[in-house]
Amino acid sequence: MTNSIREIPLSEAFLVIGSNTTENHPVIGSMIKREVIRNKKKLVVVDPRRIELAKYADVFLQIKPGTNIAILNGLAHVILKEKLYNAEYVSGRCEGFEELKKTLEKYTPEHVAAICGLDDPSLIAKAARILAEAKPMALYYCMGITQFKSGVNGVKCCANLQMLLGNIGIAGGGVNPLRGQSNVQGACDMGALNAVYPAYQPVASEDNKAKFREAWKTALDLSVKPGLTIVEALNGAIAGDVKALYVLGENPVMSDPNQHHVIEAMEKLDFVVVQDIMMTETAQYADVVFPGYAFLEKEGTVSNTERRVQLMHRVVEPAGDSREDWLILTQLANRMGVPWEYGSAREIFDEIRKVTPSYAGITYERLEKELIQWPCPNEGHPGTQYLHREKFSRGLGLMSAIEYTPPAEDVDPEYPVILTTGRILEHFHTGTMSRNSRILEKTVNENFVEINPNEASNYNIKDGELVSVSTRRGSIRIKARVTDRPKPNVAFIPFHFAEAAANKLTIDALDPTCKIPEYKVCACKIEKINM
Amino acid sequence: MESIQLTINGKQLAGHRGQTILEVAGENNIDIPHLCYHPRISKTGACRICLVRVNGTMLKTACTEPVIADMDVVTEDAEISQIRTGLLEMLLSEGCHNCLYCEWNGECELQRLCQKYDVQEPSGVFKNRERTVDTESSNGLRRNENRCILCGRCVKACGEIQMQGVWNFTGRGSSTTLTSDMFAKLGDSSCVMCGTCVQLCPTGALSFQTVLGRGQAWDLKKETSVCIYCGVGCQIDFYTNKEGQLVKAIGNENGPNEGHLCVKGRFGFDFVQSDKRLTKPLIKKNGKFEEASWDEALDLVSSKLTEIKSKSGPDSIMAFSSAKCTNEENYLMQKFMRAVIGTNNVDHCARL
Repeated sequence: MTNSIREIPLSEAFLVIGSNTTENHPVIGSMIKREVIRNKKKLVVVDPRRIELAKYADVFLQIKPGTNIAILNGLAHVILKEKLYNAEYVSGRCEGFEELKKTLEKYTPEHVAAICGLDDPSLIAKAARILAEAKPMALYYCMGITQFKSGVNGVKCCANLQMLLGNIGIAGGGVNPLRGQSNVQGACDMGALNAVYPAYQPVASEDNKAKFREAWKTALDLSVKPGLTIVEALNGAIAGDVKALYVLGENPVMSDPNQHHVIEAMEKLDFVVVQDIMMTETAQYADVVFPGYAFLEKEGTVSNTERRVQLMHRVVEPAGDSREDWLILTQLANRMGVPWEYGSAREIFDEIRKVTPSYAGITYERLEKELIQWPCPNEGHPGTQYLHREKFSRGLGLMSAIEYTPPAEDVDPEYPVILTTGRILEHFHTGTMSRNSRILEKTVNENFVEINPNEASNYNIKDGELVSVSTRRGSIRIKARVTDRPKPNVAFIPFHFAEAAANKLTIDALDPTCKIPEYKVCACKIEKINM
Repeated sequence: MESIQLTINGKQLAGHRGQTILEVAGENNIDIPHLCYHPRISKTGACRICLVRVNGTMLKTACTEPVIADMDVVTEDAEISQIRTGLLEMLLSEGCHNCLYCEWNGECELQRLCQKYDVQEPSGVFKNRERTVDTESSNGLRRNENRCILCGRCVKACGEIQMQGVWNFTGRGSSTTLTSDMFAKLGDSSCVMCGTCVQLCPTGALSFQTVLGRGQAWDLKKETSVCIYCGVGCQIDFYTNKEGQLVKAIGNENGPNEGHLCVKGRFGFDFVQSDKRLTKPLIKKNGKFEEASWDEALDLVSSKLTEIKSKSGPDSIMAFSSAKCTNEENYLMQKFMRAVIGTNNVDHCARL
């Protein structure tokens, strides 16, 4: 998030797009709801499903999955045409406006409504006016923007809109991606990514290479070649280029798209190590399994969606003979001839501070009593509540002229329904934690496919009936939940349930820049099972 | 903000316009007993326990009375104590408050006040009505309205924090009771089990399914950590009993969540102590996992990785790091791949 959770009361309006906030980030969802219901703030919701927030929206735009760019361009088109944008901000703080303007010309409400499957184009203009008039307006998005072949472009369109309106660099505004895992922000900050060292310093740089060789006192010639991303690595395994895989606390067999393909890769690998807390679907394919600590057994730091670094304390004694994840890695490095001598998470953090400029001013002592959000360059720095104040971190805010591009797979007579996937309130990701939590599992213990009454009637399917959902990649049996939540011709399946795994169905098409898979749209067919 | 000078219990204090007597007193560590007031919800002024004397004459509820210049407040005198005792007696006699059977024994705000004011067993003036006991319909929450004092904190927790509006009052006067949606059982209502009503309940009227039978309140140990689920980063106070067993999760007010939690943060913690946890290193031999010592498992992994690295090059090895692990662990994993293996083949589920 460019901005902070505690700024939610400062926003006069919200655009929530591609985020089922009340189920996936419920605490933030409630905060937004409170502003809208109690304090009469404005709300525009854009989603293929009639999510809970849609109930409270001034305008709800129920778009076809995969058409975010069109709708965002459409909103920007109206804002430009009606001169509702912040001209001073755009000319003083941004670049690329003229080109953007040219591209936006054709995204009239009528054109956009046709792409997005909206009946009433005037709603787009209405939404644009609401968003432009209320200042500051905060944009919140989640995987419903990013998990597309055009994910990066979707994010750029979000930034375009907020730059046009002058909503970046002010309290209560911002482009606010809601991060879906407790430390996904931190894992990125720490350089657990194929192309960057900690603090997003590119690996393809001789300067950075020299810097880290020095910092890590390593004789090894650090590679300047960016590595593989998850889906690329699995493809590499099938091709025979990747021989060994070390999985720390992840469950790709459940979480990655096109499960059949993932399993093929796991079977093809010569050597697989899994370090986890449970025997996951992925661990089944391991040659060696290391038992790690669960979160309540650990000490260390995590960074939340608003860049706030927080301390975790040990609550319970560790299970059996399990070990801290950092200790296992340290002992392995020692055996491979590298003399790491870490004695605690805190010692590792002290090293992190030295090589991660945005974390340099953060200490365990400060975290015990202070709220600190990175960047925090030195110990006297209070941390950063919101980014891009006065000027963008790159100098001028870059507006990008982006054209709408369709998803990888379109519906056709054989696979006529759009399938989209996601999470539900009671469960999390691949279920390793939530499905082993008694109360959560008791509350929801089986998967379902949400289908619109329209499809239910077309295929003669009753609520609660077992149906078959298939794509070109696989097929699952699953209970139908007939509801008007999804748009007609759209089906939704959560991906938490191994016994009816949504990712048997999803497509492994990737965004060319960031390699995110297109989980949010593929073509499927729904069939009644005749018993 | 305009500063306001006032006196509480003879002490010269400063507050500002818009603050209540209770808020100014709280900031200055002056305790004014209260039950319906809670800082996270709007002011109710229903229980009257916080009555204080203003300017030597009037009795006002400190939780709703705004401070004004030169106000002279006395928080306790003989008459106030007598009124509070009377109010507490009435609250007790309306319900069935037997601490012996209550899982919130030791944490109950009503109990604390009754002890402070030496309230004796209810005289039985009021007829003790049997009210709703629903300890089973909800997977997460228990409700025993015989312990309810109708303070309304739960109604406001649900209506003002979770914004779900499940709880409300029904009936009038002495037949007022709580209701979840339209008389539905809690488990059939639109409750999303965030548990905020329980966290704010001053008595044992609302409780968690995880608490009963897991130790006495005074034996529980509290430690703060961060929720493991989504990226909001809610701070949670986890309570464990003498046996080290996890008992309950309470939202910490200092976190980005401001005390609030969702159903996963509230109830999704017992997997940590599940008997499905891996407790020993495992090595697959002839297609089957066998328990191994750490030395054996670490030696095997280090020799296999070294062998593959020398035979097929460092880029033939890939690591998936984890968005569930700490910064320290992610840092070490990327350092391990870059500085020990010699490849940038490291990624995690940021995109998944």
